[in-house]
Amino acid sequence: MYGKKVKLRAFFILLIFLSAALTIFLIIKALEENVVYFKSPTEIKNLSELDSKKIRVGGMVKKSSIKTNDTEINFVITDFKNELLVSFKGSVPNLFEEGKGVVAEGFLKDRSYLKAVKILAKHDENYMPPEVNEALKGKK
Amino acid sequence: MLNQIGNYSLYIALFSSFFLLFHSSYSIRNKSKSLDSKIFSALSVQTLMVLISFFSLIYAFVVSDFSNVTVYNNSHTTKPLFYKISGSWGNHEGSLLLWLLVLTIFLFIFFISTKNLSNKYRIITVLFQELIIIGFLLFILFTSNPFLDLFPIPKEGTGLNPILQDPALAIHPPILYIGYVGTSIIFSSSLAALVCGMVNKIWAQHIKKWIITSWIFLTIGILLGSIWAYYELGWGGFWFWDPVENVSLMPWFCLTALLHTIIVLEKRNIYQSWTIILSIATFSLSMGGTFLVRSGILNSIHTFANDPSRGIFILCFLFLLVLLAIFIFFIFQKKLFKNLVKPLLVSKETAIIVNNWFMMFFLSVVLIGTVYPIFLEVISGSKISIGPPFYQKLMIPFLVPFLLFMAIGPKLKWIKDNLSKINLNQIISFILSIVISYLIVKLFGISYLFIVPLFAVGFFLLFSTIKDFFSKNSSLSQKISHFAFSLFILSILFNGIFAKEFSSNMKVGDERKFINKVIKFENLKIIEKDNYKSLMASFKISDEKRSINLNPEVRVYNQPRTLTSEAAINSTIYSDNFLVFNVIKDDGYYNVRYQYKPLMMWIWFSIILLSVGGILSYLKKND
Repeated sequence: MYGKKVKLRAFFILLIFLSAALTIFLIIKALEENVVYFKSPTEIKNLSELDSKKIRVGGMVKKSSIKTNDTEINFVITDFKNELLVSFKGSVPNLFEEGKGVVAEGFLKDRSYLKAVKILAKHDENYMPPEVNEALKGKK
Repeated sequence: MLNQIGNYSLYIALFSSFFLLFHSSYSIRNKSKSLDSKIFSALSVQTLMVLISFFSLIYAFVVSDFSNVTVYNNSHTTKPLFYKISGSWGNHEGSLLLWLLVLTIFLFIFFISTKNLSNKYRIITVLFQELIIIGFLLFILFTSNPFLDLFPIPKEGTGLNPILQDPALAIHPPILYIGYVGTSIIFSSSLAALVCGMVNKIWAQHIKKWIITSWIFLTIGILLGSIWAYYELGWGGFWFWDPVENVSLMPWFCLTALLHTIIVLEKRNIYQSWTIILSIATFSLSMGGTFLVRSGILNSIHTFANDPSRGIFILCFLFLLVLLAIFIFFIFQKKLFKNLVKPLLVSKETAIIVNNWFMMFFLSVVLIGTVYPIFLEVISGSKISIGPPFYQKLMIPFLVPFLLFMAIGPKLKWIKDNLSKINLNQIISFILSIVISYLIVKLFGISYLFIVPLFAVGFFLLFSTIKDFFSKNSSLSQKISHFAFSLFILSILFNGIFAKEFSSNMKVGDERKFINKVIKFENLKIIEKDNYKSLMASFKISDEKRSINLNPEVRVYNQPRTLTSEAAINSTIYSDNFLVFNVIKDDGYYNVRYQYKPLMMWIWFSIILLSVGGILSYLKKND
């Protein structure tokens, strides 16, 4: 038989191991369900099938594309190669402007239309989301 | 001139660091006892030099010395004096200088306040702390020097981002940094204690003060950042699981776990290795946080420096430090005096281990949620983001047992206790809590899965912490902090569940109906101010009983040209009315968001009370 101390330690290690395994399992499971992928309009054009999950689209707000009515804001996101129409109900950040970078989060209705639930823009005049920067760099 | 003073004093500080490093290792080897004064003077010189360079930077900001690149990039002559001063740490270079300043001052205070402890321990702590200081000095001098010359000298600076011109954000970095950097002393001294084989009650009693101090500053620092995001960024909430916020929360979880564990070490002389591991982890998370924020790789609303070489430097440095710490841990770990711990006994020790388990769980969730997107992008190139649902899903179910344990734990005795002591009072208050939460859910017709148990344990914790005030079981600071935490949980529950949000596009004169309220956009005027132009709107929100006027603004700053929205907030002790508006385009429409946020004040208040509990622990010495 092993001593009491050894048994105790083995028990502790087992307990730590089990709880770590449980934690990781739960986190991975939650990750699978709650991850939001980022795409550029061109990548969306080339999608083989439309996903019903929430996605983020980044690019520039096309010049003179913003149209506003009482409830909605409609605008076009462009990466200067492909475009995507976005309609949105809700509040926009104060750096949402034509000709500036934007990230829209929402659901794709088809390959050229996104129903957005959230609009993000960064709090810096010259800032461009890294995704946008890259998407633009690759396509220009 | 100022640049030279700043630069040279940093070099002298670096020189004294190396002197201290060699001198302290030399005096450890020779086991000498009379060398104290040399170390003391070297430390004083170092602290003084860093202070001088810090003040010369502040002075350069105050007099708008644009021969300094940092001042040129972050200041402007028309900026108010207060923001000129706070602007000196509102940028990358200056904030690192602030880190360094706090590092040296803390070490100095540590050294003069530990005269009654063994010399060897003090010197080894100085040694480890100097390693960190050298790392930061090299980092500042060679990758982000705040004293670079600019020639020809420009007439005007480019200005500070207006969203940073705010009282809460002016003091947010120093306070948060004191919390962060305080963990460096804990790190160095726990390694030193390990080497000296003095991880015991006396050490615990002495290092507890440092842990509590860092914890208080970290808590207040996080609070200030959160309040700022609420009214200045117009996020209209208190926490967004934004990566930059998460980064400050991670060391907080670790430090809170350490705060509890150190009490066990102090009273019972057990959990030594675990205390050391937590100290190392807390500091690594603080450093890692600085790395993540400063390197700009975090995909966040905040923007900071975006220079990869800086990030890599901190990453390598952190990696070396952690490696060294782990190495030392495994060498000297055998020295630890091992008390046999009986697990799974009903006792305070076990309760604190349970607390630690939850802290580590919350920490892992936040850590993975923050870091996973970065790793995935490096590995597979696909870009993802992880939003609030991820955190809520993982944290909320675990809050129920966590709060329950928190209500019971403090009542337990050390070593051994039994559960048969559960008395009628507790059962009554538990049933009462369930009834209250059931009534709340029933009356307001809420249908979320976890609401009844969450409210129930929230109220149960509230009742038991109130009842604890009448018992003599534990210290006053613990009672206040736990009571504050129960208030915090209940306020965020009410706040989260009963919040209402409405957004719409409105023209001047428009009216919108929202539940039982009418929101009217009354007028809009333009006001010219010193360094900005303000569009001030006037909204009237009325229901059957009363009406309130809210005047949100959109400010157009000229240096640098930036738009900011200033939310209008009407705060009462019951609720906040929050309104923010934005210009979309020049077509008469304005984007308006109105939020009704119950008990918002209570969230801030409970966090303040939480840290007041910590502050009170200074008053009574032997809690």
